Amino acid sequence: MDVKVELRAGEKVKLAIRNLNFFYGGFQALKNINLDIPERKVTAFIGPSGCGKSTLLRTFNRMFELYPDQRAEGEINLDGQNILTSKDDVTLIRAKIGMVFQKPTPFPMSIYDNIAFGVRLFETLPRDEMDERVEWALKKAALWNEVKDKLAQSGAGLSGGQQQRLCIARGIAIKPEVLLLDEPCSALDPISTGKIEELIHELKSDYTVAIVTHNMQQAARCSDYTAYMYLGDLVEFGPTNELFMSPKKKDTEDYITGRFG
Amino acid sequence: MSTVVPPARTSMQMSAGMLAKHRSRKRMNIIALSLSLLAMGFGLFWLAWILLETIRLGIGGLALSVFTEMTPPPLSETGGLANAIFGSTVMVLLATLLGTPIGILAGIYLGEYGQKTWLGSAVRFINDILLSAPSIVIGLFIYAVVVAPLKGFSGFAGVLALALIVIPVVIRTTENMLALIPNALREAAYALGTPKWKVIYSVTLKAARAGVVTGILLALARIAGETAPLLFTALSNQFWTSDLTQPMASLPVTIFKFAMSPYENWQKLAWAGVFLITLGVLLLNILARVLFKNKH
Repeated sequence: MDVKVELRAGEKVKLAIRNLNFFYGGFQALKNINLDIPERKVTAFIGPSGCGKSTLLRTFNRMFELYPDQRAEGEINLDGQNILTSKDDVTLIRAKIGMVFQKPTPFPMSIYDNIAFGVRLFETLPRDEMDERVEWALKKAALWNEVKDKLAQSGAGLSGGQQQRLCIARGIAIKPEVLLLDEPCSALDPISTGKIEELIHELKSDYTVAIVTHNMQQAARCSDYTAYMYLGDLVEFGPTNELFMSPKKKDTEDYITGRFG
Repeated sequence: MSTVVPPARTSMQMSAGMLAKHRSRKRMNIIALSLSLLAMGFGLFWLAWILLETIRLGIGGLALSVFTEMTPPPLSETGGLANAIFGSTVMVLLATLLGTPIGILAGIYLGEYGQKTWLGSAVRFINDILLSAPSIVIGLFIYAVVVAPLKGFSGFAGVLALALIVIPVVIRTTENMLALIPNALREAAYALGTPKWKVIYSVTLKAARAGVVTGILLALARIAGETAPLLFTALSNQFWTSDLTQPMASLPVTIFKFAMSPYENWQKLAWAGVFLITLGVLLLNILARVLFKNKH
């Protein structure tokens, strides 16, 4: 399905998706997706389970390549360069496009090293600069005050909400250009969710954020643009307030008003 | 559209049929529980007996001289197991040092690279065969390829035979422990732009560390008591030697020789050796459990 959307004036396209098809073996999970994700905005993906929103997110950093029976066809242009056919090493692409997953996944190391791990992959910083970077990332993720006295302790000892914020801090510490969030709040209580939503709001001043969520209020609260997907199709895409207040398609309206899904 | 929801039931309203079903379920539960307890008791009974017998007969033969004196000739009054204890320790440690890196690397290949490849399946199949191969076969194999051509039994040959037992155990546990690591953790590491070798080295292997170390300790415990692979390789030695090119004494082979003999002092030493090995294996198992528990 072809969905044309005009970005507002002054907005630059960060990720331009063109004719994207995706297959799990013989099953087509994404059907000819065309979409422009604007720079330094939050773009939300909503839709019922199995509609392909997580799959779409996982094509943006070529995460699907870990599994030999999955493949993508089409174009995903990051600042005009197609990352699907890019000659660059995939690790460089993933350094530019970070991702935070549904379940918190602290690495088996200290809180400090959890953050420093990704930074050390691409930068060699002296100790004091690394300390600064770790503090900066933890402050951004609203976790610094809770962990500043136990940076040497294992990340596994934190609560679920803290672990998720640790994962976000880890993701932003390497200063990616795009941050992909795959249902980052689904395992969290309302207070942690609130903190992460505030964080998303703050992050968009520096990063392009794409978030997959099951929670429509969340999409309405913290995104600038929203895409509604169903059965591998991109049904509707537009500014969040327009999509929620006056959806152009009947399917979208049925979903957001809870008549379906 | 709406379905009819049956009214909530209280225990007072339970029908006779439901109560009968509940009672029969309870009865089945009691029967199953008793059978399991009986089976466990049967197993524990023999284990406890073995341990008690080992302690009763082993402690009698235990003296300081066991650790300080060499294995004696028959009919002598004194003597110990010093050379056998030393030989066993050296060969078991060297075999573990030799077998562990090979086992871990092969386990990593199976768990992280070759899960679905033809080579991976073939290696896994062959490793399973090696894992269950009788240890006497491994002893004879080393005899045929090392001892016979070099025309001499040696500590090295013993180390090789024991290492061949360590390798498949470590491969299997390493692969199994890596398989327990959730893919989400790997994906999280890849998402930062981590190259594959670094994901394995710094994240997956680290997360599986306790399990891998447990596997190594269990392999160590297994070879500590192996007799057959040493009979044809290291043979035995009545005297102290730290020269691995010479035949070397070991606890299991000494026990084998001494326990079968008609000499009372030899039999006593054999029991002391049995006690030492059992104690060692027990301690290794406890250590392995403690390590694994701390992590999970």
